[in-house]
Amino acid sequence: MNGLAVSYSVEMNGIVKRFGRVLANDHATFAARPGEIHALLGENGAGKSTLMSILSGLYRPEAGEIRLYGRPVPLQSPKDASALGIGMVYQNFRLVPTLTAVENLVLGERGFRWLGRSWRREKEEEIGGLLDQFGLYFPADRPIWQLSLGEQQRVEIVKVLYRGADIIVLDEPTSVLTPREAADLFRALHQMKAAGKTVILTTHKLKEVMAWADRITVMRKGRTVRTMETRETDEKELARLMVGRDVMLAGAAPRTAPGEVLLRVRDVEVIGEHGRPALQGLNLEVRRGEIVGVAGVAGNGQRELAECLTGLRPWNRGTVEFEGESLSPRLSAKDMITRGIGHIPEDRMKTGLAGKLSVLDNLLLKSYRSRECSPCGLLFLRRWERRMEGLIHQFDVKTPSLHTAVQQLSGGNQQKLLFAREIEQHPHLLIAVHPAQGLDVGVTEAVYRILMDLRNEGTGILLISEDLDEVMHLSDRILMMCAGRIKGEFTRDRSDRETIGLLMAGVSPGEEAAV
Amino acid sequence: MNKGVFGMRQARTSPSSPSGGEPGGAARRRPGFRMVMDAAQTSGPWWLPILSVTAAMIFCAFLIALNGLNPLVVYADMVQGAFGSGYGLGETVVKAIPLLLCGIGVALAYRIAFWNIGAEGQFLAGAMGATAVTMYLPHLPGPVDIPAMFVAGALAGAVWGLLPGVLRVYFQVNELISSLMLNYVAALLLDYFVFGPWKDPMGYNFPGTPMFQPWQQLMTFGGSRVHLGLGFALAAVALYGFVLNYTRWGYELRVLGASPAVARYAGISIGRKILTVMLLSGALAGVAGMSEVSGVAHRLMYGVSPGYGYTAIIVAWIAKLHPVGLILASVLFGGVIVGGYSVQTIGLPASMSLMLQGAILLFLIGGETLSRVRIVRNGPNGEENAAVHPAPEKRGGEAWM
Repeated sequence: MNGLAVSYSVEMNGIVKRFGRVLANDHATFAARPGEIHALLGENGAGKSTLMSILSGLYRPEAGEIRLYGRPVPLQSPKDASALGIGMVYQNFRLVPTLTAVENLVLGERGFRWLGRSWRREKEEEIGGLLDQFGLYFPADRPIWQLSLGEQQRVEIVKVLYRGADIIVLDEPTSVLTPREAADLFRALHQMKAAGKTVILTTHKLKEVMAWADRITVMRKGRTVRTMETRETDEKELARLMVGRDVMLAGAAPRTAPGEVLLRVRDVEVIGEHGRPALQGLNLEVRRGEIVGVAGVAGNGQRELAECLTGLRPWNRGTVEFEGESLSPRLSAKDMITRGIGHIPEDRMKTGLAGKLSVLDNLLLKSYRSRECSPCGLLFLRRWERRMEGLIHQFDVKTPSLHTAVQQLSGGNQQKLLFAREIEQHPHLLIAVHPAQGLDVGVTEAVYRILMDLRNEGTGILLISEDLDEVMHLSDRILMMCAGRIKGEFTRDRSDRETIGLLMAGVSPGEEAAV
Repeated sequence: MNKGVFGMRQARTSPSSPSGGEPGGAARRRPGFRMVMDAAQTSGPWWLPILSVTAAMIFCAFLIALNGLNPLVVYADMVQGAFGSGYGLGETVVKAIPLLLCGIGVALAYRIAFWNIGAEGQFLAGAMGATAVTMYLPHLPGPVDIPAMFVAGALAGAVWGLLPGVLRVYFQVNELISSLMLNYVAALLLDYFVFGPWKDPMGYNFPGTPMFQPWQQLMTFGGSRVHLGLGFALAAVALYGFVLNYTRWGYELRVLGASPAVARYAGISIGRKILTVMLLSGALAGVAGMSEVSGVAHRLMYGVSPGYGYTAIIVAWIAKLHPVGLILASVLFGGVIVGGYSVQTIGLPASMSLMLQGAILLFLIGGETLSRVRIVRNGPNGEENAAVHPAPEKRGGEAWM
């Protein structure tokens, strides 16, 4: 692997792949070297996952060639690719939930037979060695369904390593991870790189790429735009290459003077899903015309906080005042909607939008109750078509028609649709949870602009997000949430950023790099 | 990946494929046809029920032929018996009335994915409720009798329907089981009444109540047995169609049917919706029971329902819960029942109609699944369907048990 001729472990040239009438890869090229972390960067739908699926043998290209270590190889199936040392870790894990990690790993192994306890112990040791080598730890003897997503991902990675892969492809590996888990993952990838393996990952998160990748290939609309060394570029350039124009993320706009207090939460306690207290004496305030960001690692009560304020979960102690009026914990979601509290939920397709229903149906979800919309309980959808047409135009939702099922729209358009509906209600307070999760730069930009506009019009916004950049970027005030309490209030100064980062990462030194 | 290759091999390459002059090394093509599941498709096309009825008839034709009869003759007899004469048509409509009322009831529940299979019990409860009025209030003034029986029948059915709803909302009991079990409770309760306290003392030990008085019987139309229940059923189906499409309440049912999580988020109370829907669903089946005893049997007796409540489930399903479909399907199944009686004379049992009903449901359910399967030409393009249709990763519409 030292010779000049084989300096690339993977070369893909002129790859063409079409799905129906969509050109997913248009003469894409890609090359990676052994011993590097190579990031394949692009917006959603840029064709990066397709390209990697071709490399892993899942799809077959219509044109183009693939060379491994300089030799052209025909990749007919994932099996071929696996035999050639290519291992892919998919976004959706492919593990049997009821089997343990070790059982999942040996499953499908060539010549696999069950050879009793001593054999099992032998395998466990062998796998334990791999874990130590790369610092990928997970409980090996527990069934998969008991593991966290981060742990499941580690099982997937170890599975690939266990099968002897030298070229490891990870598709959007950090999308399911907390910042801390992401940092662990990248440390493990670093170990693999040090062991001479080729590590390729697809992502659209610029920060991660800048922090960890050695080289970067940017894709846009199925084509390879450029490959470069990470130290020769910066986030701004990458964003421009990804989107094809300069990205102006709204935000950092001068803070307008916030108005009176809109929402005041005092000493609120809530029992969470598992019967344990999720909020333990939480205090916060939101004023009119300000964005209050709640930062913190998921699972520290953010979900419950949002649910309380939107009437989906009662609180058992403390007070919530909204517009000067004390709210009863028994208020329903309907009451909160009529009071003017909007909600962008974290899982938009599970909670926020009904995928099977049409765009029109989904747009009316919050307003159908009003007397204007359904006088005497009668609701004639046709009468609302023109107005809703205007709304989706205003929010730039791309849909074939108002009667298209929402599940057929792209993630970005779904989120814009959700925003269109919530903003049309002219909410006094908007609870936005992970508003830009899974969105590409272009849509993120649009979402941020919507939030800023809303703030400038005097709406109070409670922004709950795990993405510290997002929180820093948009918020007028930042609250750090940990274990069901607010642990501190910060401005978006540089100095505070470090502190917040440390707090988020669990205050262990050496974690800063992840944030 | 290639497990699903259909036997056929594709002889020619597709002319449109940009195969041309790429250098070697590109993957070799494996032409042929494959089956893939279409993730974007959620329900079958509109013509599927028609196709499944046809398929069921062809399937049953073989069974008839095994009996040594000409299936065409048998089907012709069935059609003749059910639709060929004024009398037959009348009988078909008489059978279609309870099917339509019960069918609307279960369709309403299925709209919100509440799997009420207790229409049979609700039907019997309605029949008992209406009869109770005749048994315990014999001296009501004549014109009040029918309305009182109507209300009692609807109420009894509603209570019977409400039970699985309450069990589900407050105790998380699966409605499939509770509503099914309540059918047996209702049937046995009916047996108790007609063999015990309500038995006609002058009835030669026949398990049934005394005949209703003329003013306790629903009016019939023009010498046929078609009774006022037809009016109830048509009014109910019109109301059903209107409420679903043009009211706030119907919209809420649509949202709840599509995704309970979204309904909760939008401030729709799921428990209250289940309870009101089951009240109405049970009441509709109860009205069916009332109009059957008051309009057709003129008494409550053992075996008053030949399984209308169960057939109604097939009716609702084959109608795809659509109001017009409900009318067509209930007439069709009424015809199948009547036609089944008429082929008895040529040596087939009347359970012929049950066989046909079963076959139709079987083909319909099979067809629903198969209609989501696409046969794809195995060209350079078609390895994966996932990217052709944006696969809905999280569909919120699963049943919430």
